[in-house]
Amino acid sequence: MSAIQPPAETIWWKQPLDRVEGTWIGIAFVWSLIMFFMMPFWHIYGKQNLSNEAYRTTPAAFMAKTQAMVSEYTVRTETDLQLPVVHPPPGSDVYLIGRLWQWWPLLELEKGQTYRLHISSMDWQHGFSLQPVNINTQIIPGYEMVLTITPDTSGDQTIICNEYCGINHHTMVGKIYITDGGS
Amino acid sequence: MNTEQFRICPESGLQFHKPAERLMRTLAVTAIVILLFGGITALLVTLTRWPAVHLLPPDRFYQMLTLHGVNMLIFWIISFEIAILYFCSSTLLRCRLATPRIAWLGFALMVIGVVVNNAAVLKGDASVMMTSYVPMPANPNFYLGLILFAVGALLGCFVFLGTLVIAKEEKTYKGSIPLVTFGALTACIIAVFTIASGAIILIPTYMWSMGWIDHIDPVMYRLIWWALGHSSQQINVAAHVAVWYAIAAIVFGAKPLSEKVSRTAFLLYIAFLQLASAHHLLVDPGISSTWKIFNTSYAMYLAVLASMVHGLTVPGSIEVAQRAKGFTQGLFQWLRKAPWGNPVFSGMFISLLGFGFLGGISGVVMGTEQINIIIHNTIYVPGHFHATVVIGTTLAFMSLTYFLIPVLFRRQLVMPWLASWQPYLFGIGMGVFTTVMMGAGTLGVARRHWDMAFTDSALGFDYPASAYTLMGLVGISGILSIVGGAIFILVTVLSVFFGKPVASASPYGVSATVLPKAEPTIEPEGGHAALGKWGFAAPGTFVFAIFFLAIFVVYYAVNWKYLASVWPMQ
Repeated sequence: MSAIQPPAETIWWKQPLDRVEGTWIGIAFVWSLIMFFMMPFWHIYGKQNLSNEAYRTTPAAFMAKTQAMVSEYTVRTETDLQLPVVHPPPGSDVYLIGRLWQWWPLLELEKGQTYRLHISSMDWQHGFSLQPVNINTQIIPGYEMVLTITPDTSGDQTIICNEYCGINHHTMVGKIYITDGGS
Repeated sequence: MNTEQFRICPESGLQFHKPAERLMRTLAVTAIVILLFGGITALLVTLTRWPAVHLLPPDRFYQMLTLHGVNMLIFWIISFEIAILYFCSSTLLRCRLATPRIAWLGFALMVIGVVVNNAAVLKGDASVMMTSYVPMPANPNFYLGLILFAVGALLGCFVFLGTLVIAKEEKTYKGSIPLVTFGALTACIIAVFTIASGAIILIPTYMWSMGWIDHIDPVMYRLIWWALGHSSQQINVAAHVAVWYAIAAIVFGAKPLSEKVSRTAFLLYIAFLQLASAHHLLVDPGISSTWKIFNTSYAMYLAVLASMVHGLTVPGSIEVAQRAKGFTQGLFQWLRKAPWGNPVFSGMFISLLGFGFLGGISGVVMGTEQINIIIHNTIYVPGHFHATVVIGTTLAFMSLTYFLIPVLFRRQLVMPWLASWQPYLFGIGMGVFTTVMMGAGTLGVARRHWDMAFTDSALGFDYPASAYTLMGLVGISGILSIVGGAIFILVTVLSVFFGKPVASASPYGVSATVLPKAEPTIEPEGGHAALGKWGFAAPGTFVFAIFFLAIFVVYYAVNWKYLASVWPMQ
């Protein structure tokens, strides 16, 4: 009987498998297991993993920490908006704010050095999308995400917002400048 | 049994309960009206994302994108699915529909929900995208409309379950329910879970928007909302796989290779898809990698396995039925001799290919914890789900509609030649659309974004020229698909309202095979495996499956390689 009719055999669960089905299920199951094991494998042997490090925070507390870093390490300002460009020491904690509609401040990092990048939102959800290297994470108000990053490419990177955040979402752009170290 | 209440379709032999038939017709027409509305918004969104056209201003763009999302992903598909549930219960089990009045109440709530939700978005203060992530606020009616629709759909699910009980009580069938009804039951169970999750998060969000609650945790919102948002797409998967089996049965008289395997695969959907909302949280703060890895895969990707099984058994059952009819030459004669001019079949088969090769592979790849870092919220994501939901679900439902017009609406199809081209235009247009979208996403182009040139921004950013080329192709292929969708709506609306009443044969000769009086396939000596090769009943399908797996493996490896090129992070 066809698939829109009740099975012809009342005891259909005792019918043997076709060979084609059994073979395919075996192959597909092995592939499924390989795909699962790739994830823990990459945590051990791969270099690109999110840290799991995150804290609850408030916009005011996160702003205070960011402001302290900006006051101490600003090296210049850019554009008519006088956006600060911050050059924090290698290995330090670096803070980045996402807010309507700006990534603040601009950062200048040294190639090959490691930084602890803290990111949070002051208002709605935002999407941290670093281009062209193409690293994307979700930024959520009340949560402080910590990424330990090692920029290993030359050239400037742009942070765009890829979580819809209102009418001027498309103007929300920030920068991470990469210097060749030893500055 | 009150025979006044029933009609037997002379074409197909299917038996319709008249109150159920009226509900199915009304639901199907409503769904197609919503599809039309969703299609108009699709056109506006596509023409804005096509960089050379860039039609709408930003506020209109986000408003239309919100409408497009809710109308297509929730309202069109679920309305059609409730009709499918009634078909798979009342019609396939040849029994009366439980409580038609409650079913009408459910329908009314669904329509009111659509109107309330759409009105809120059109008013302009609810352009929050389908996901409506807190704390971005929307007009409370946005959430209220979704809640009303969900309650209506839930009533529909209960009517379906009640009808199964009636069929069993009144012994309208022998043994077990048909496989297709089993698939519909799977969809219904997932739907109940989905709607419950929706209620758990949308009711507090509604209260928050009214000012009765002052805070909703955004991570909690995302976790529970996606149990609605992702699981509702799993209703679609279960429903459209059931439709694939139904069409294989309708067009070829195909029977499942084995009931046990196909039913177990449906059960795997219920058991292993539910918390797949994890796929959306892979780069969220505050959630551990252990949680992410486990919940994105349940340690063995059994839901993926289920889809890979259906991907073999549906075409496999067609192959066996065709071989039994004598198309036994080589590996693929059964496929060459398939009725490619019949949109019921061609649409279903393109749906299967698009869902597997484009939607399935990309979905698993981007649902891998670390690979998600290079894909999250890029336009790759809508590329993926247009392959699953548009090529997979919508095209499968379109194919079924071509069958239902003569059978359920008792009308001949107008312009059948146009209908026979429609699945190719729509399916191939959408295939290109999703592929170039995923390409643009790989170059980092953002989803839900009005201006990839960042012209109003103080700092600016230039995507590579290839990203603009790909987004231009998104525009062109999007328009092709929209034309394909418009043809579908044109043909179905004209047929339903102006088509000639069905006299004798339907244009696609689906009649005799639908409900064969006797056993449909001839069992040859030594079982149907004897008609295949290497002891395989469906050797051609097996070769296809291996080809699919090879592409899957290569593409998966390529993405790990790409990931390895980005900055080290820990």
